[in-house]
Amino acid sequence: MIVHRLLRGTDRGVLITLALILLLTILVPALHLLIPASSPIHVPAYAMALIGKYLCYAMLALSLDLVWGYCGILSLGHGAFFALGGYAMGMYLMRQIGSRGVYGNPDLPDFMVFLNWTELPWYWHGFEWFPFAAVMVLFVPGLLAFLFGFFAFRARVSGVHLSIITQALTFALMLAFFRNDMGFGGNNGLTDFKDILGFNLQSTGTRATFFVATCLALFASLLLCLALTRSRLGAVMTAIRDAESRTRFLGYRVEAFKLFAFTVSACIAGLAGALYVPQVGIINPGEFAPANSIEAVIWAAIGGRGTLFGPILGAVLVNFAKSWFTSALPELWLFALGGLFLAVTLFLPRGLAGLFDRRTAKEATPQVAAAQPEAAE
Amino acid sequence: MTGRFLIALVMAVLITALTAAHGNAAELATEIKALDTASFAQKEKAIAAIAATGDARVAAVMTALSDGKLLIRKSDRLVVIAAGKGTVTIENGATGAALGEAAETDLDKIAINNKIRRQINVILGSLTLFSEDPAVRLAAANDIFRSRDLSSLQPLQDAVAKEQEPQVKLAMEQALAALTLMSDAPEAEKLAAILTVKARGDQDAMSLLASVAQGSDAVAGAAAEALATLEQTRSLWESVQNAVYGLSLGSVLLLAAIGLAITFGVMGVINMAHGEMVMIGAYVTFMVQDVIRSSAPSLFDYSLFIAIPLAFLLTALIGIAIERSVIRFLYGRPLETLLATWGLSLILQQGIRTIFGPTNREVGTPSWMSGSIALGEITLTANRLAIIVFAAIVFAALLLLLRHTRFGLEMRAVTQNRQMASAMGIHTARVDALTFGLGSGIAGIAGVALSQIDNVSPNLGQSYIIDSFMVVVFGGVGNLWGTLVAAMTLGIANKFLEPFAGAVLGKILVLVFIILFIQKRPRGLFALKGRAVEA
Repeated sequence: MIVHRLLRGTDRGVLITLALILLLTILVPALHLLIPASSPIHVPAYAMALIGKYLCYAMLALSLDLVWGYCGILSLGHGAFFALGGYAMGMYLMRQIGSRGVYGNPDLPDFMVFLNWTELPWYWHGFEWFPFAAVMVLFVPGLLAFLFGFFAFRARVSGVHLSIITQALTFALMLAFFRNDMGFGGNNGLTDFKDILGFNLQSTGTRATFFVATCLALFASLLLCLALTRSRLGAVMTAIRDAESRTRFLGYRVEAFKLFAFTVSACIAGLAGALYVPQVGIINPGEFAPANSIEAVIWAAIGGRGTLFGPILGAVLVNFAKSWFTSALPELWLFALGGLFLAVTLFLPRGLAGLFDRRTAKEATPQVAAAQPEAAE
Repeated sequence: MTGRFLIALVMAVLITALTAAHGNAAELATEIKALDTASFAQKEKAIAAIAATGDARVAAVMTALSDGKLLIRKSDRLVVIAAGKGTVTIENGATGAALGEAAETDLDKIAINNKIRRQINVILGSLTLFSEDPAVRLAAANDIFRSRDLSSLQPLQDAVAKEQEPQVKLAMEQALAALTLMSDAPEAEKLAAILTVKARGDQDAMSLLASVAQGSDAVAGAAAEALATLEQTRSLWESVQNAVYGLSLGSVLLLAAIGLAITFGVMGVINMAHGEMVMIGAYVTFMVQDVIRSSAPSLFDYSLFIAIPLAFLLTALIGIAIERSVIRFLYGRPLETLLATWGLSLILQQGIRTIFGPTNREVGTPSWMSGSIALGEITLTANRLAIIVFAAIVFAALLLLLRHTRFGLEMRAVTQNRQMASAMGIHTARVDALTFGLGSGIAGIAGVALSQIDNVSPNLGQSYIIDSFMVVVFGGVGNLWGTLVAAMTLGIANKFLEPFAGAVLGKILVLVFIILFIQKRPRGLFALKGRAVEA
């Protein structure tokens, strides 16, 4: 029922995307599991993992769109929330290795034995229990976003300044996670995972289940964002994006709305990271790199921010292009990506979504104009 | 007439010298044979006689004897020095003439005991103490200071009496004081020795005092007191050193950030391609040096002075081109500008990588910038000082440009109130383009400086971009002094945190501090006040 109410009046792009995600959910695992490997329409395991990875990135782009496209907060540190979610999942998977590690220690992960640690640090306790880890996947990024946003929005740090300190945040976290004494595996990160909830991570069944879980998580996140942005709360968020001071003068607690959107967005990014880690099999501090966060922003920009389905499209297309370029023409990839940044910001301010959907573009034109900071506020 | 006389004189001197040398060799050759005995007492006598010859090879023979490398060939009882294991190369002990190879089994070892070993050490020590070369004498005195071997006392006393060079004499007196402290000399002498050692004041002196301070008598007390004073001085110097290193790091940050501060201040644009301008400046330096190496090597010391204007011009032109072709279409949309310039930075990076390859390029240091300067207890490398001076010059030049030129006036006007400046007839679009060019050009000359202390690779710019941002947001926009204070504060804070927290944790702490600081003062240390702020 709720779904039906939500979908009424939703623009075609979102509907098509929802339908496509459902189609992928059924089709890809079916083609992987049921069709014999010799058949041309068989989907090999690596392709399924690759698509699953793209979908995780799509979730990250969607979470960015919620804050940037609807609330006007350009976070250049969303990769940090993604990576934190990934580390929470990685810690669970590390504990599942148990005594099958190289050093055979039942309690300590290999890297701790290697560092001559004798007991588990306090923050590792509880991660052997899946429900706890699952909560942490949402809680840790959410808490960080809440604390960071609480102070930043209250102090009215906005615009470019906010972008820069989110960048500093992810940079500081990257440096911190590179340190061995942090207890997160330092440079190498967490890897060598064996199984999840007792199922072997390498088995085709588990992999297919993960793919389905990723699809469903993306589907649910998209519905959540749809519900949020179409609610009265979403209307206030859009108002904040277009005229922050005016919204404040109308009596809305701008910082509270921003904080809510930022925290929800961080939780979605954390979930995306948690689904990403078992599919790629490793999480290391490189995921915190500032460049990664900026790249995620460009997925959203290329797809079209403020449309919900655009960022999903952008993330999948850009990453598909990246996979193709880096294997076929590795030298040209950075030229292509840089060119995309330029072309999209200069010629396609509404992204690909704006190109496909004239109606949305026309409606959106006044919004873009109003977003100029020099307009009389 | 005189010529012939001179030649005769030289001949005479040469002949005398040759015969004298020959005579010595003969003496050494005879004395060395005396080592071929089983009695340690006789060996001691032989060693004393060898030392007395004053031959140039005494040191080599003594070292070999002490290392067990002085052997006797069984066939003709000749004393030889061996090198290697198993089949060894041997040379005549007395003359040093090579004798080819021999099996170890054909050689007899000359056994020595600890008494002889001490005797050898004294001889070797005194040999170097009386060397012709003052540097060797100085090193010998310092060796004695460190080893505190009482057997060197006698030769050292003789050497002090003979020494003429004041610096060497001082080192010898200090070594003598060290030996006095180790010996059972009367208390008064020891107390005087502590003062001498304290005056030396280096790490060796401190470890000597620390070992003397172990006891409980008056000497130990005096040593502990002297040690405490020295440690205090040392920590003071360490602070000075940290401060200077901090200033030099701050200067690097200042150079990297100041161009960014200008473009951000005037146009509200964060230029993510700023780091790439720095990188291009560094590559200009590389190319200038490359050309100089192949065509005019004598100019190498001036390569940086040639590179600075070239780097400025090239990056300023690139900057103006970027402003005209991309940024001017994005005014009023700072976040989009940020993304577009990030795209540009990727293209520039990959472009440089395609042209010059992904590996580090070697940029040489001119001779006047290598080496170091000793200042009190600390040594500062010349390139660190050069960068501090260079940053100061660039900063002063910019300040003058902003304060005392028409362009500077227009730039400040646009920064403070764009509409009003435009209404007053300032061509704001031209000011924007020139400002962007100026900011990029300064990044370019920062690149010339950074090429001296960092690896010149396509990633050079990326490593500075976040630090530069931090400096700009910390210092506040539209005020060069803010950038200066921010850069120096961050540089010095980093260097003072490093000893306690380590380099990485120190950096994290600084980043966290800035994030917290921005909450308190969202517009930085020196915020621009007035109506322009809300624009």
